[in-house]
Formats: sequence, C-alpha cells, structure tokens
Amino acid sequence: MKAFEYQRATDVAGAVASHAGRDDVRYLGGGTNLVDLMKLGVENPSVLIDVSGLPLDEITVSPHGAVVIGAAVRNSDLAAHPAIRNGYPAVAQAVLAGASGQLRNMATVGGNLMQRTRCSYFCDTSKPCNKREPGSGCPARAGDHHNLAILGGSEQCIATSPSDLAVALTAFDAVVHLATGTGERRIGLAEFRRLPGTHPEIETNVADGALVVAVELPPAALAASSRYRKVRERASYAFAIGSIAAALDVRDGVIAESRIAWGAVAPVPWRAKLAEQALLGAPATPASFEAAAGAELERAEPLPGNSYKMDLIRNLTVEVLTELSGGQR
Amino acid sequence: MTTTLNAPPSSTASVGSALTRVDAVAKVSGQARYAGEHPLDDLAYGWVAQSTIARGRITAVEADPIAAMPGVIAVLDHHNAARLSDAGDAELLIMQDDQVHYRGQIVALVLAETLEQARAGAEALHVGYAPAEHDVMFRADHPHMYTPDHVNPNFPTETVVGDVDAAIAAAEVTVDATYSTPAEHNNPMEPHATTAVWDGAHLTVFDSNQGAASVHSSLSKLFGLPPGSVQVTAEHVGGGFGAKGTARPPVVLASMASMALNRPVRVTLTRQQMFAMVGYRTPTEQRLRLAATRSGRLEALDHLAYSQTSRIMEFAEQTAVMSRVMYATPNLRTNHRLLALDVPTPRWMRAPGEAPGSFALESAMDELAQACQLDPVQLRILNEPDVEPDSGRPFSSRNLLGCLREGGRRFGWDDREPRPRQRRDGRWLLGTGVASATYPARNAPTTCTIQARPDGSFEVRINATDIGTGARTALTQIAADALGVGSNSIELRIADSDFGPAMIAGGSMGTASWSWGISKAAAEIHARITAAGSVPAEGLTVRVDTRDEIAAQADVVRHAFGAQFAEVAVDVRTGEVRVPRMLGVFAAGQIVNPTTARSQLIGGMIWGLSMALFEESVMDAEFGDYLNHDLAGYHFATNADVGDVDVSWIDERDDQTNPFGIKGIGEIGIVGAAAAIANAVWHATGHRQRHLPIRPDRILSAERQE
Amino acid sequence: MTSVSQPSRYRLVVNGTSHTVELDNRTTLLDALREQLDLTGAKKGCDHGQCGACTVLVDGRRVNSCLVFAVAVADREVTTIEGLGTPEQLHPVQQAFVDNDALQCGYCTPGQICSAVAALEEADLGWPSAVSQDVSVQQVALDAAEIRERMSGNLCRCGAYVNIVAAIESVAR
Repeated sequence: MKAFEYQRATDVAGAVASHAGRDDVRYLGGGTNLVDLMKLGVENPSVLIDVSGLPLDEITVSPHGAVVIGAAVRNSDLAAHPAIRNGYPAVAQAVLAGASGQLRNMATVGGNLMQRTRCSYFCDTSKPCNKREPGSGCPARAGDHHNLAILGGSEQCIATSPSDLAVALTAFDAVVHLATGTGERRIGLAEFRRLPGTHPEIETNVADGALVVAVELPPAALAASSRYRKVRERASYAFAIGSIAAALDVRDGVIAESRIAWGAVAPVPWRAKLAEQALLGAPATPASFEAAAGAELERAEPLPGNSYKMDLIRNLTVEVLTELSGGQR
Repeated sequence: MTTTLNAPPSSTASVGSALTRVDAVAKVSGQARYAGEHPLDDLAYGWVAQSTIARGRITAVEADPIAAMPGVIAVLDHHNAARLSDAGDAELLIMQDDQVHYRGQIVALVLAETLEQARAGAEALHVGYAPAEHDVMFRADHPHMYTPDHVNPNFPTETVVGDVDAAIAAAEVTVDATYSTPAEHNNPMEPHATTAVWDGAHLTVFDSNQGAASVHSSLSKLFGLPPGSVQVTAEHVGGGFGAKGTARPPVVLASMASMALNRPVRVTLTRQQMFAMVGYRTPTEQRLRLAATRSGRLEALDHLAYSQTSRIMEFAEQTAVMSRVMYATPNLRTNHRLLALDVPTPRWMRAPGEAPGSFALESAMDELAQACQLDPVQLRILNEPDVEPDSGRPFSSRNLLGCLREGGRRFGWDDREPRPRQRRDGRWLLGTGVASATYPARNAPTTCTIQARPDGSFEVRINATDIGTGARTALTQIAADALGVGSNSIELRIADSDFGPAMIAGGSMGTASWSWGISKAAAEIHARITAAGSVPAEGLTVRVDTRDEIAAQADVVRHAFGAQFAEVAVDVRTGEVRVPRMLGVFAAGQIVNPTTARSQLIGGMIWGLSMALFEESVMDAEFGDYLNHDLAGYHFATNADVGDVDVSWIDERDDQTNPFGIKGIGEIGIVGAAAAIANAVWHATGHRQRHLPIRPDRILSAERQE
Repeated sequence: MTSVSQPSRYRLVVNGTSHTVELDNRTTLLDALREQLDLTGAKKGCDHGQCGACTVLVDGRRVNSCLVFAVAVADREVTTIEGLGTPEQLHPVQQAFVDNDALQCGYCTPGQICSAVAALEEADLGWPSAVSQDVSVQQVALDAAEIRERMSGNLCRCGAYVNIVAAIESVAR
C-alpha cells in the first residue's frame, strides 16, 4: 500500500471541493471495500477524504412516504430502522444477508453503492483485468467464472456486482442523491451503475468526485410485503451466487404489479423488467412465474462454469414469487 | 489397562476427569502470546515477495529503488541470501537460485522499520522473469502419472491380496465408481509467523509450529549452526492441522534476516501467501471397485488413488491405506499413482490419506449397500474382519461395530426409511447417512525431564506443543496421575527445543507419545526419590527417552475406530445443503479429558462438514495459482453452517498402545464425516455426489440430469 | 476539513487510556494495537475483514479493526479484549467461554468474545438478523439459530462453534 494523505471532511461542499474529480483521490466511508482493495493494490489513492463523519447519517421519512437514507448511515442502522423493517422488509433482509455483524456496523449506504466486484482476477494485480487495467484482457471467460455474470456482460468483462443492498434498492426504484462540484444531482439507481460494454473500467454514469449523499426510496405500497432471498455457498458470511428482491401486488388472483431484481447474475443489480412485463395481468401461478423468469433469461449468455445460475435464478424467482403470492408449490 | 506399564489408576485419577483447559483464561483474556506477538526493541519487519510466474527463471530483481524507499533496511533475494544446507525439504531452500518452480514461490524478502514500509517495499519490488511453459492441472489421465516408491509416511504404494479382477468378473454385485476430492488448504486461524533474534552467536526464534524439535533440527541443518546455538519455542500456536508440522518458510526467512541484519526480525505470512507456501491437501481422484455376494458379503475391494506432488519434492498422499484396514475380503488391492506438476508441494492436512480416502471408500460402501438392498450399517457389520485384511495381523483393539451400534441407537438409525427422496420439510428434502472412521494409533520416541521439588511438586519439561488440542491440559493430568499427585502440584513446561527431542503435535500421536515420556520419567523419578529417601533441597531430576520402549512394541495393528452419522437438508431448487445434525461415536482408547476431547472431535467433524460442502482450492490453469486464495474465496464452515453436533465414545481399554492406553483423537473426527454427509445427500435427493465439495451447482446439475 | 499528511499525530483512546501516537496513515487500528500499543489480544487472521479475529469495539460497536485506519478512529472509544476483563476479573462472556470450553487454539477467541459482547447488545436493541422470520418484529429471542447467524462473522477453524453457541446462550439467559 502506498502512502496517502488523510483528510477528515467536515462538510459536504468541502469534501467535494477537495476531491475536485482527481483520479487519485477517494472518499472513505466504512472502508470495508476500499481498505481491502488498497491492501490488494487494486486501489492506490494519494488522498483519502474520510466522509464517514459527515452529517449524512439520518434516515428520514417524507410527508408523502418516501424514505431518504443518508449516505453515511451504517448498514446495521439501516436494517434496524422501523421505516425500513416495516415499509421495505426486502431492503432490511438484503442488508442482513450481507457480510457480517462487524462489517454491517462499518459499511455505509453510500459505500455500498460504490462497492466493486469481487472477481478474483480484478482483485489480483499480478493478473490481467480489463476493469483494473483497460485493454489488458479478461482471463475469466476461459478461466474461473463460476460466480460471474450470465446477464449484461461483455467480451471485455463479466464481473458481477457483489452488493445485496443495491439489489433491493433497485427493485424499488431508488434514487441516488449526489453532491457534485456543480451542485446537487439526482439519478435513478438503475442508471447510476453502468454495464461494462467496451469500457468496464467505467462503473458509474457520474463524474469522478461526485459524492453520494443520500439514497431515496420512493413510496411503494407493495414493498411492505417484499422479500429478499439469497443463495450462497455457505449459510452465512459469503457473497451471493444468486439472489432476488421481489414484491407482488396480486388482485383477484391476477398480477397488477411486480418488482423483481436479481443479484450476483450481472455486472449491476439486475432489474428484471422483462419478467415484470410478462407478469402484468398474468395469473399468480408458478407457471406464470417460471415463464416470466424465462423471458428475462432469454437474454442470458451463460458460460460453462456459470450456466447453473440459469436454473438457480429461475427456481429462486419461482419460489419467492410463489411465496409472496401466498401459494404453495 | 495393565499395570505393568506403570500408570497407577487411583481413586483420585486426573486422567478421565474434565479438568478445565489450563490455558483457557490466558486465551480468553488476550494474554496468551503467539509467535508474532513478542515485543522486542529494534524489531525489523520482513514482507515476502512472491513469483508471478509458475515456471521459469528470475532475470532481474530491481532491489535498489526499493532499498531507497522510506524505512526499508534491506532486500534479500537469491543474490544475497545466506547459502543454506539441505535439511531434507526442498521448499526450505529459499532464494538459493534463480529458478522458479511454482507461482507464489518466495523470490525476495523486504526488510523495513515498520510493517507498512516492508509491505510497500515488497509490493513495489519489480522482478523480471524468463517464463517457461507450465503444467499445473491435475488429472488422473495425465500421461506423466507415475507410481511412487512409497506413500506418506512410509507405507507401501501397492498391496495385493488374492485376485481382485477375477473376483469382480465373477461377482453377483459390483460397484465401480470414481470419486474426486479437490485441493484443500489447512488455513489455521493464525497465519505462520516467526520472530527471530540473532545475537551474533545464538539464534532464538518464537515460531508458530507443531513441533519445536523438528523446527530446531531444520534450522540447525539449514544454517549449519550447532544444535546448542538454536532455540525454538512455540508457547501458543493458533492452529496447525498439519501446515505447521515442520519448519515452514517464515522461520527460515526470519532467521536468515535476523542473522543478516543483526537485529530481531519478524516475518508473518499474509493469508493469501499461505495458499502457496505452507502446504495443502493434494487433490485426488479415486476409483473404487467393490464386488460382493447378493447378501452383501465382500468378495473384492480395489482402491486406486491418484494425487499430485510438486516437481521439486515428492509428497505421496497415502489415500488408499484406509482400505487396507477396514473390511474383510478375500481379494484386496490398493494402489497409488502420483503426478508431479509446477505447483507448490502438497503436505499433511488433518487426516492425510484417511480424509480423502474415507470419502471414496465409505461412499462406495453406501453404493454397495444400495446395490445389495442392505442397510449400510448392516453391510459394515457383515464385513467386519477378525484381523487386518491386508496383512493378517491382529488388532490391538477394534470397536468399529460398537461405534456403529451405539451411534445407530443414539441417532435413531433403526427407524430409517431405506429408499431415497422420501422425506420433506417445506423446501428441504431430508436424508441421513452413515460412514465408518479409522485412524492409526501410533507412538514416536520422545524425551522428557521431570524435576522433583522438596515441596512435593514436580516440574515436567517436555517438548510438546498445544496447537489447540488441549495437550497442555491433558499432559498436566497425565503427569498428575503418573506422579501420584494432584494436577495443581504439576508445573508443566512445553514447546521449547531446549527440552529435547519429542514427537510433534501431529499424526494423532502427540499426546500418546508424550504421555509415554512422562510416564517413564515419572517411574524413574519415583525410583530416585525412593532410593534417596526424600527430595533434597536442590531437587532431583531425571531425563528419559522412550526410544527403546517404542522399538520394542509388539507387531499388532493399532487403530482408533469410529462411526459418523449425519442428517442433511437439501433444497434441490437452489442447490443449498444444510447439515442440521451430526453424531460421531468413537473408540479411541483412553480419553484423557472428556471436555477437551469432545471439543477436538467435534472440531474434526466440522472439518468433515466443510470438506463435504465447501472446501476447494481452485487452480487457475492459465496462471498456475490457487485463485480463491483468501477466506472470502476459500470457504469453510461458519457458525451458521453448524447444527447440532454430538460426540460420544466407547469405553475402550487397550494395553498395547502405550502406558495410558491412549490412541489419539486429532484426526479421526474428520475421517468418514464427508462420506456420511454425501451419503445423506443421496438419501435426501436420490443422487450420488461423487465429487467434493457438494456445491449448489452440483446439486442443480444432478437435478437437471434427472 | 482537517488534513493530515504522513505521518499523523493523533490520540487513540483504548480501554479508557489515552495514547498520543505518531503513525503512518496506512497503519490500521489492528496494527496500531498490536505493534504500537502491545495489545496483542486482537488477532490478525486474514487482514481483509474475512475472518473476524481482529474484532474490537469502537464506541461500543463491533468492527473489524483490520479494515479501519487508526487515524480514522482518533479520539473514539476503542475497547479490546484486554479492556473487557482481566485474568483476575473476567467479563461474564469470557468466563462463559472458559466454562463451556468454547475455544481450542484460542486465536479467534478474543474476536469471538468481543463479537459476542456486541451481539448480545444488538439483540437487546432489537436488531433483526438474516434468520429472523419477520424483520418487523422488534423483540429478538436469542435462540441457537439467532446466535449462530449473529456470530458468523467470526470464523473458527478449530470448529469450536458448538461450545461458542452454548457459552453465549448461557450469558443470554
């Protein structure tokens, strides 16, 4: 790890001004990902701006029912907050399914959105990686990709986003509030993170130096009975190999609205819009759920080592939606 | 237990009682100091730099810019490293030439004033290479597969009784199946660490190892130092599981650096580095062929095991030896093949041989039970031998059937529905499985010194190690009984090479071997006290060596046995497998301390659970390293993965093992546990899982092929 | 905005004692404790937040001290295993670990104990977990399943989990 200057931010504007979009500056939140990557030599900042002490640690509920979560709110506080536990249980469940008690105490909501992939090639600076070193190549397609993307990848990169929280936030159309050098900006979470395409090194659609200050969950009645389920290779303290955040609004046995987002199958939290469209007006039956998942997976491009995720995410979707619809398989 | 071996049982016997772990308070309060935790003035820190090619030659080590970095004291590499003499371990000949034999090999050590500076130096160091083609992928059909001369530690490679091929050709029922187990890494929680202090004439090292005597011997040979000029201690060790059984690179590097700098040096491996330089369990492929009558009587057993070694040193896992011991059959063949690759050398990992071997053998027995429509416990009872099937030698004691029966009773086995895929609880399919376990009960020569003090207390000095086994506690109890005093009259000192040669904490032989040393020394000190009439003010001291006693042991087969039972829950829609219940029943001779023994056996069984479901070091064909080289990528059980785990043992008195009748319990807990789980997965789902670990994708794949 | 260049001089408050240190910004809280303050109870098992051996409390909350730069917790209250209890006067959780033989090699043990102390507090606060059936329910019944999940951030390679759960259950009661 190379030496760096440490700055403790006391106000948002000062932090953003100090960052000034330089590529060797990083904001430090809980540190659970950034410090890890600095030790691996993947991140090599010259300056760290510690934003964890900024007054962004509140969760507020607006009069019309939106929940605004400060970027410095720790994951454990988010999962323990009544507005989340009652109004968006999938969000609480997603947080609780991630990492460990210790890491949830440290990790911030803002940091979670900036979390980088755990692809083993990305994390090993002695190997090529297009995301880390553009143009150096991607060994994952021919090598190990058992937990990499089946959806949304490119020839250059099939890394997956490891976040659980962001999957649930994506299902409920969360909006990211950013502070930039030119003022405050809002962007939908679905637009915030970008697919790798030919430039996997660019991970978001906002300029360097923009600081996440809050995440807003718009009001959504169906979210109150939402569900997050995660499958991983052991019972706890492991990244997902497939996960789903979902909610259903069923009226007279027919689906009026659905929210489906998948984790660990794509470079970004994957909002399954095609599946949602397929469900609109369909009977709330396992057959509908299976067909909807299949519609979404038509775009999938699995590799030999990760094709199991096709079955996994389809089955998981059917199981969770069936459970949400009150049915039994 | 006979009394001829001088272990006086008394009404106040400490052995067998649940003495609280004697170092528990030090450990729970954070006071116990491990190898990398001894504070020293003027300490320098070393950080290892590793090769980034799997085979080839180092063409340049650009040390100068690193030496100029803040705080960097020196860079050691093959140009300036001390010349070492061979100590019988090619992996310890560190930085002696420009050859690279595997990715992750040590190419330099950066020494600096602080940990951060050493790390930054090692990370910035540029090393040039001339790479050569590498061959790192293990496969049984590799053309360079060969037959080793012997397998670890000194078993014959091949054994043959009768004619297995003819028996299989003529058999009513056969099983012919291929199983595989992946490379696995020991991963003790404490990474290897050494603090070395060279004072110009004498080398003192605080090291994390399973045997200070072995490390002492290696250092003395490597550096050409008189044995009296080297002292190795390992007061507290944060787990070993075989990975610390002999000197590993950190102790060599720290010693070398301390001698080079003339100041204390600490070298601690990172977790990532441990995946390349401290050993691992070889991957295996195993073909099991069983032949039996329709009623389940074995006619033939053929076990052929393939494993890997490195190109610089041979390690041949004794994968098939368990099949020489377990079941009565007129035709029995076991054999081993080995493949040398451009990889780090595999070594011991908890129950080497038996851990992977039992997965194949005990899975195959379950398949045979299915083929014969027999209960798997009954199948094993039916094939219980009177003598060791391979050699015809008698067992000193063998209580496998007692374990199976007692285990079956406690587990509720008799009510088991024999057909698979019959029980369901919500999304979970439920199943149960069983497997046998065994591990050799051996003893090795050990020295021991006992000093009697005039106040009636005794100081016992023995170069044992407590790597978490509870040895410090068990030996205190053994000494108390051997000396006929209470445990509070014993001052036990261990893990110091100055105490002389002793068996390492390994091979399930530690406590057994050390107990013999204590037993013999106790008898001699009693004789001395009796002769003197009383203990003089300066005390009385005896020093013994058990070499002669061990050489004189009768030629019988000494093994512990056990039975493993497991219940699993499988969600075939997601591939998730849970293990809500495990039970192990063991017959392992005298249990010295039921509390610490229970902990150790449960720990072994949890290793079996991890082996069954999680553990797998994934070799990267392109780059030649184990690419999941950290604890986020290499999974073993978390607390949430472990359900009810119960252990019990059969009361077993064996007077042919050692004076206290101890067989050793360090390894047997893992043996068979993975097979019991895999067999339970078959019972739950109807699908055989012959390849470990039983990952979600393997469950899903089995469902898809239905 | 306060800015500090290398090395930084600041105050670490550990187990109620204030230490003025001058350290490299790269120094983690774990390394500061172990290498500078000779508080070696917190262990380094992975150095990447993947094992929990380094768990300490910062302002009463459990964290992985290997992923915290020491400079970032200047002036905050840090509690290590040495601050929970002493050999003469063990914390109830430490005593429960002794009584239940909830350790083997002992290397993960200080982290387990710090984690358990915090996990008990979190349950008292009504924090849900991944195994809570209904996250909206404010009361936590610390059964074995809850303890196992809440303690899963602390790996134990010896496999002392069964006794760790028993130890924590005995204190939770």
